[in-house]
Amino acid sequence: MTYLHNIGAYFLMIAEMFRKPTKWSVMRQLILKDIDDLIIGSLGIIAFISFFVGGVITIQTALNIDNPLIPKYLVGFATRQSVILEFAPTFTSIIMAGKVGSFITSSIGTMRVTEQIDALEVMGINSLNYLVFPKTIALMLYPFAIAVGMFLGILGGMAACVFGGYSTLADYILGIQTDFDSFHVIYAFIKTFVFAFVLATIPSFYGYYMRGGALEVGKASTTAFVWTSVVIILLNYVITGMLLG
Amino acid sequence: MIEVKDLHKSFGDAHILKGITTSFDKGKTNLIIGQSGSGKTVFLKCLLGLFEYEAGTISYDGKIFSNLSESEKRDLRAEIGMVFQGSALFDSMTIAENVMFPLQMFTKMSKSEMEDRADFVLKRVNLPEAHNKMPSEASGGMQKRVAIARAIVNNPKYLFCDEPNSGLDPKTAIVIDNLIQEITDEYQITTVINSHDMNSVMEIGEKIVFLKNGLKAWEGSNKTIFKTDNASVTDFVYSSNLFKKVRKMYIEENE
Repeated sequence: MTYLHNIGAYFLMIAEMFRKPTKWSVMRQLILKDIDDLIIGSLGIIAFISFFVGGVITIQTALNIDNPLIPKYLVGFATRQSVILEFAPTFTSIIMAGKVGSFITSSIGTMRVTEQIDALEVMGINSLNYLVFPKTIALMLYPFAIAVGMFLGILGGMAACVFGGYSTLADYILGIQTDFDSFHVIYAFIKTFVFAFVLATIPSFYGYYMRGGALEVGKASTTAFVWTSVVIILLNYVITGMLLG
Repeated sequence: MIEVKDLHKSFGDAHILKGITTSFDKGKTNLIIGQSGSGKTVFLKCLLGLFEYEAGTISYDGKIFSNLSESEKRDLRAEIGMVFQGSALFDSMTIAENVMFPLQMFTKMSKSEMEDRADFVLKRVNLPEAHNKMPSEASGGMQKRVAIARAIVNNPKYLFCDEPNSGLDPKTAIVIDNLIQEITDEYQITTVINSHDMNSVMEIGEKIVFLKNGLKAWEGSNKTIFKTDNASVTDFVYSSNLFKKVRKMYIEENE
């Protein structure tokens, strides 16, 4: 019953988020601040992880191809497919559920504990619109961060491939161009938009409706991370089935 | 003036407010007192519209809150200032930004007009040079004064304070009490303070509503509280030896 209640409360929160909008001059500042906190602030970790995971995918693929009949360009091909289809959109989103999600839950949860949300409500401000809506809009730029992740993942693969001596640069470039289907990138960005919405709203839900003190803020952050990850994995399955299946 | 008639509020099976009827006068510091668990905070949150209640009415200068449309409620809330127990300052903003926040949300003032107004109210609460500090850099007393400045910056008609003295040393508590009373008198605000600080009761309780087990057990002022023989009030207010002596001295002086 608790799960059903939470699902209902989550959708009511989404509906409430669009009611009684905050003044645009204030909202604009909030969105810019959230773009800085959630997107720009995450670029470093996305770049670092993408570059090295791209490298690891390349090394793993190269080491597992010991049949001389399999062409060397397959290393680049496999790296491109893995990074664009799964690593950049899905696994980066799981990492972001930890980074961005805990930040959102703990910042909103702390505002709840310290009565800052009550202060907004007393002033007649729709606190959900004020707190959650700008984060949702800011995270609509998340595909940009994922595009950076895709580029650096493939670049990291190339660096590992060439400097590790697993194949030539020409083979790797041939591999990343082979059988390129632009719909795969569109599919990845569709997933990313959906994950961005999940990343903004599920952690906000757990932060906004938490009760208690500092300990509960920590617990809410953990719960938010678990549920955000679960929902991302499930939606990944559903979207993949719908778009590629 | 705020009038409350037969207010009932429950949480599940727990009946918290059991039919409270009272009024809070304009230009006076009205105190709600009572033991922990007596329903003070629930009562205050009902007055603020943060809790919905099952029965009864709350009217602000004749306007019954539950009969107002959403936009009328929003307009009314813009006339309310609130000082929370923990100050509830927005910790991502500087002190000046906190004070300017209601102006930013509800007025069309230019940035310089807002800065002038923030400057004025911060001076009024004796914090002329705190503008650029973050709330975390301010002491508890300073945070309370900033919260008062934020509450009065938009010229509210109603000011609510939830235990404004909690966590403050006695000297700072008196400063805060006097500040609230001065502001109430100066701007003719209807001020409602939720407190269990007996110094506040004696100093600024121009009207006192005593709650016990969700009922109004007594109503009076800091003048009449010394003379009351209501056992619930005397048990609560004069529970310390110091206040027993103060009461005895007051009665002896006035006989």
